[in-house]
Amino acid sequence: MKPWRQPGFWIPLLLILVGGGVALVVRKDTLREMTFTLLMYVALASSLNILMGYTGYVNFGHIVFFGLGGYTGFYFISRHGWHLVPAALVGGLTSALLAALLGLAVLRLRGAYFALATIGINEAARAFVNNFRPFGGPTGLFVNFAIYREYGGAPQALWLTYTLLLITTLVAVAVSYTVKNSRFGLGLLAIREDEDAAMVMGVRTPRAKTIAYVISAFFPGIIGTLFFFKNGNVEPGDAFRLHMSIEVLVMIMLGGNGTILGPVLGAAAYERLRGYLLTSPLFKSLHLAFAGLALLLIVLFIPAGLVGWLRRRFPVLRRWLE
Amino acid sequence: MILQVENVSKRFGGLQALQDVSFELPEGQILGLIGPNGAGKTTMFNVINGVYPPESGRVIFRGEEITGLPPYEVARRGLARAHQIVRPLNELTVRQNVMVGACYGRKGLSYAAAARVADQVLERVGLAERADQLAGSLNVAQKKRLELARALASHPYLLLLDEVLAGLNPTEVAAMLDLLRRIRDEGVTILMIEHVMQAVMNISDYVIVLDYGKKIAEGTPQEVANDPRVIEAYLGDPKLARCLLEGEESDACPPSEKGV
Amino acid sequence: MLAQILASLVDGILLGFVYGLAAMGLSLIWGVMRVINLSHGAIMALGMFGIYLTFTHLGLNPYLALLLLAPASLLFGFLVYGVAVHRIINAPYLSSLLATFAVNMMVIGIGTAVFTTSLYNVDFSLGTVRAGVLALPGTRLAAAAAAVLITAGLYLFLYRTRPGKAIRAVANNRAAAALMGIPPAQTLALSFGIGTLLAALAGGLITTFFPFTILSGSGYQSKSFVICVLGGLGNPLGALLGGLILGAMEGLIPIVLPVSWVPVVEFTLFVLILLIRPSGLLGART
Repeated sequence: MKPWRQPGFWIPLLLILVGGGVALVVRKDTLREMTFTLLMYVALASSLNILMGYTGYVNFGHIVFFGLGGYTGFYFISRHGWHLVPAALVGGLTSALLAALLGLAVLRLRGAYFALATIGINEAARAFVNNFRPFGGPTGLFVNFAIYREYGGAPQALWLTYTLLLITTLVAVAVSYTVKNSRFGLGLLAIREDEDAAMVMGVRTPRAKTIAYVISAFFPGIIGTLFFFKNGNVEPGDAFRLHMSIEVLVMIMLGGNGTILGPVLGAAAYERLRGYLLTSPLFKSLHLAFAGLALLLIVLFIPAGLVGWLRRRFPVLRRWLE
Repeated sequence: MILQVENVSKRFGGLQALQDVSFELPEGQILGLIGPNGAGKTTMFNVINGVYPPESGRVIFRGEEITGLPPYEVARRGLARAHQIVRPLNELTVRQNVMVGACYGRKGLSYAAAARVADQVLERVGLAERADQLAGSLNVAQKKRLELARALASHPYLLLLDEVLAGLNPTEVAAMLDLLRRIRDEGVTILMIEHVMQAVMNISDYVIVLDYGKKIAEGTPQEVANDPRVIEAYLGDPKLARCLLEGEESDACPPSEKGV
Repeated sequence: MLAQILASLVDGILLGFVYGLAAMGLSLIWGVMRVINLSHGAIMALGMFGIYLTFTHLGLNPYLALLLLAPASLLFGFLVYGVAVHRIINAPYLSSLLATFAVNMMVIGIGTAVFTTSLYNVDFSLGTVRAGVLALPGTRLAAAAAAVLITAGLYLFLYRTRPGKAIRAVANNRAAAALMGIPPAQTLALSFGIGTLLAALAGGLITTFFPFTILSGSGYQSKSFVICVLGGLGNPLGALLGGLILGAMEGLIPIVLPVSWVPVVEFTLFVLILLIRPSGLLGART
């Protein structure tokens, strides 16, 4: 089962590489900014999918890892003058460590209780950072413009950030494929289907769930650092928007929970839809309402999402749409 | 002795589900665990494989005490279980279901090795052509076989089977019994809860009878069938008691149990 | 110092009655149908704007307007149930979370288009009531009294009327209740309607002493979660008590910590209670 021999593995990667590569070739700032947001959501959705899609644990606090990891990475850049790459890695590792600690406690809760706890964690984290002096409290942190000199100027810094995000996204999707088609991933899927039965079959559920949570948390920590570096500042309101967690959740549902391609397509579709609604004069003020309507229709009528529906409807496609 | 249960008691609120139950299971045998509804048979299984810890008593598996270990630790030591109420992982394929057993069982096989084992086991239980179907789409008899296949794929030393014959027609029962005998002959020890009485009497090397959480009898099928306490326990169903006593040709036996 | 503590405590507890009322709606819906209603906050915001519109445009007394708001929000709850919840009531819980969140997005989306996100307030006062060292705004006293009355009404309804008893039966065991001839769909719709009504009325009461925006509901929704977990999810009376506890905490914590630490304490407590005692400090009824 070599992954690179499977179309289900390279189709999503190729899509991301082509979609994300265009900006690198064309070198237009507006296109880069647009693709940055797109890639960011693809990576966030793919990483959340590792927990939610595979183990079935709904996490409303995915953005905590984006926020706290991002804050940590950004802190090292702005206060200690670190280079972006080690800072982003430290951001990712901080999130992963936090997930390991939280996971041991919170993953004992099942179903809606877990979902509720993650809402609480999200709110607690935001309120905490609001009060945490080293992170600048409610005003947050920002970088001095001089910091870009190390990268050869602000434009170069932004292009580097973009390239790093593209790589992170590719890795996140590759990891989500590898996990799903592995012994470990099989254990996660068993937990999703019936946790008690999985335990009886020998799956060490507490450990497996925690590892899935840690992997899922690592990527948003990196992405957060890249995003805040691109913006040049970070504040608690931006870093811990519960809303953003739910948007990422919606993207996964749209594309297909537990599939590889689903979160990629779902994130792209949702972002494009939002972009269209925001720019169209007819829908501008009502874009949120339309997004809500779209979500409701999906939940009610195609709960398996686009990719899930296609796989079920046309079994021949299963090899291609993983 | 592959399994020793020593003075196990388990209580749920006001209900004494198991009271001071002890028995031993020699390697390579089929042991039948019978008793009227509510006698504590499934609770006994739950205590053995770690779903509930007992209040008192010990469970020893292959010389090692496993009392109170979580189910996954018990499973990895080579003790597999097929549930009474089948629990297929519905959104996974039949092959993936069996692979879970192989990956996380006694041998902890790799993904690729587990896929090979799964195909062999599915061949054996007669589900090979369904391997790529979703488990949720199987019928009840097929789900029972899948449940067994999952347990077998874990290469267990001991197999706990909870009413694997219930709901099967006589032909299917005969085929299942045949399969169980072959599994035993390969050296796997089997502990089975069964309500299809003729079948359990027919296949078991040794039988233990529970009633109201207590062990009331044990012995060979003949000994147990003639034990007055066992007959009394089944008095709520005198026909069944007579059927037990007189053997499968008795006209007291319900039709589904004939010809087994 | 003691007078200040007493004043903060009473202030917080009065507010806690209103918090509790809102949380009761969330708790009832969870208890009866195992749905975490993520449109709760949006419905509270609707209640706020309902009172605002009748007060500023019709000049209606806010407490009288509550009598209009009650049937309107009940009907709105039926509508939400019928459109968004009924179809997925037996689906995995993610579906109901997302369906109610979709309703939240639609309400907030339309609300933002109509009212923008600027701050509104209902310019209404009942003067100040003095009792010893305490000076209490009349509107807070009235809101607490209204919350108590509504809670009493809810309990009379649940324990003394047929539909109320049906709701309790369904909360206890939906399948068994259906076998006894209780129509599940109507009962679930009614529960959702009442939950919506409680949220809207709580929102309406808040307008008499706090300014608000269309987005204000989400903060109160988070508080409702905390309260429900304090009081035990699915236990409406526990929710009222939980509301009082939260209100008292909000009154007292600022005396020892900067006020911005209040949510840190609240949500940390929330997660801890979920972990240690998921049935709530007071224990759930079911």
